[in-house]
Amino acid sequence: MDGPIAVARRLNQKRVTKDGSAVDGWRAANARRIVTIILAGCGLAACLALDVATGPAMLPIGAVISALTGSSSDPMLNAIVWSLRLPIALMAIAVGASLGISGAVMQTILNNPLASSYTLGISAGAGFGAALVILFGAALPLPEIWSIPIAAFAFAGVACALVAGVGRMRGATPELLVLAGIACLFLFQALLSLLQFLASPEALQQIVFWLFGSLLRASLGKVAIVSLVLAIVLPMLLADAWRLTALQLGDERAGALGVRVRSLRLRAFVVVSLLTGAAVAFVGTIGFIGLVAPHIARMLVGEDQRHLLPASAVFGALLLSAASVASKLIIPGTVFPIGIVTALIGVPFFGWLVFATGRRR
Amino acid sequence: MTIRIQGLGVRYGGRSAVAGVDLSLAAGQVMAIVGPNGSGKSSLLRALAGQVRHEGVITWDNPPVGYMPQDNAIRAALTAFEVVLLGRMRSLSFRVGEEDLRLAEAAMAELGVTDLAERRIGELSGGQRQLVFLAQVLAGDPRVLLLDEPTSALDIAHQLQVLALLRDVTRRRGLTTAVVLHDLNAAARHADRIALLDRGRLIETGAPDVVLRPETLRSVFGIEVAILTGPDGHPVVVPMGVTPS
Repeated sequence: MDGPIAVARRLNQKRVTKDGSAVDGWRAANARRIVTIILAGCGLAACLALDVATGPAMLPIGAVISALTGSSSDPMLNAIVWSLRLPIALMAIAVGASLGISGAVMQTILNNPLASSYTLGISAGAGFGAALVILFGAALPLPEIWSIPIAAFAFAGVACALVAGVGRMRGATPELLVLAGIACLFLFQALLSLLQFLASPEALQQIVFWLFGSLLRASLGKVAIVSLVLAIVLPMLLADAWRLTALQLGDERAGALGVRVRSLRLRAFVVVSLLTGAAVAFVGTIGFIGLVAPHIARMLVGEDQRHLLPASAVFGALLLSAASVASKLIIPGTVFPIGIVTALIGVPFFGWLVFATGRRR
Repeated sequence: MTIRIQGLGVRYGGRSAVAGVDLSLAAGQVMAIVGPNGSGKSSLLRALAGQVRHEGVITWDNPPVGYMPQDNAIRAALTAFEVVLLGRMRSLSFRVGEEDLRLAEAAMAELGVTDLAERRIGELSGGQRQLVFLAQVLAGDPRVLLLDEPTSALDIAHQLQVLALLRDVTRRRGLTTAVVLHDLNAAARHADRIALLDRGRLIETGAPDVVLRPETLRSVFGIEVAILTGPDGHPVVVPMGVTPS
């Protein structure tokens, strides 16, 4: 039992921390943010194990862990885990992280909470590219398994170039970029509708299925490509972390702090468009993650981009991984298209989070 | 450090916002830039801050400049300390250095806003926000301070507080300060010198009692004023009415 002096001392210590220097308070806040990201990372690891365990044959988590750590000698188990389920589960994480980061950066550089590579037409461009190859790609020397992603990536690049072209104009504001992105979205959606109108019933079905978004096309090679792009892009963005943070204060204040606003905005836009292009090229259009993961991350870790970008990656990965689990559970034995599931589980979750944090304030 | 400006001009497209301004700013002094709306006050400041292209010559040894644009609402989910820390932009790295932290903290302490450090910038009142942004500018350890209407939208107590702090910090740090103000009496009271602009041109510059004369203000603002002398010797401008045209 503590005596009154010890209690007083403890209270006093608490007060010292609270009223201590601004730097101490900032360090404590940073530590809390890093713990939040680590906890979310632990949740992600658990979700990964659950994703691998879930399927037509439900595996015990212990068996999954033993197969993943290489200590299982059951060839059937190893085959299911390593060849069938792990590529899909890892793809969910790599794509979710990519979409989370690109959404966070788009929202930052365009100063618009509705911005994401989906709402700015980058994903629509990818969808058009994929549909083009599904319809006319038979003559290509490449197998479809590669020609579709390459075309999707290329047309994501075209969409990005169109929007960035507007951004290079003199006096281009974030609003103008958003308008250009939305125009780009409508353009590619119209072109896509045209292709769907022209397509045979078989091709149409294939196009629609691609647009739903699906992780079933994943392989470890494709996971490696998406991860590689992510591994190149993330350090580039983190190198600009303080400049991106300054952009939150508006263009004029950022400029006053010495940030070259226009070139930063264009550079970041192109980099994250390519990141999105690489992600959706393999799995189809998945819309919801890029919009919501950054919002969740922002609520929990604030807007210092050194924390916001990794947190957006982790929450994007967590959302898509959870959606992957859910997609296998909705109708046992059938895998629901992931693009549908992300919105179906993401919207209620997001609503709850907004409600919960709103009440806490 | 003295800054000498010769023939400064700013154009937006074909429109001239500032033309042929010759001005000299001295270290340890506050220069208030006053004039009617659209007279080129902000453009002059932006040109000095390197935010817009300009004609003419500015003679200085490229000192670190702290520039505070006009106030606007901020939505960002950043704390006041993070906003002040951004003032160290030129030296900030991913792992923030001790010197950057120390200077950010010292700037907040200097303006008495340390207790706001953990508050979000969007939650602060206009006066608190202005002080935090002033701390941000000071954290950059500038030798030249350029402030665009730092007291607009502030109540009279906060106006007095911000301007008194500004004059104080200018003297203490030996800064060369230029501040755009709308309130002629605030300029008379807190500035060492006043530059009066009209339609992009410099009409008059000098000590407050030299610039603030009834005939000058009549020709620039189109108003009739009486100039009194305040209890502390500063000129006091009393508006009497609009000059009949």
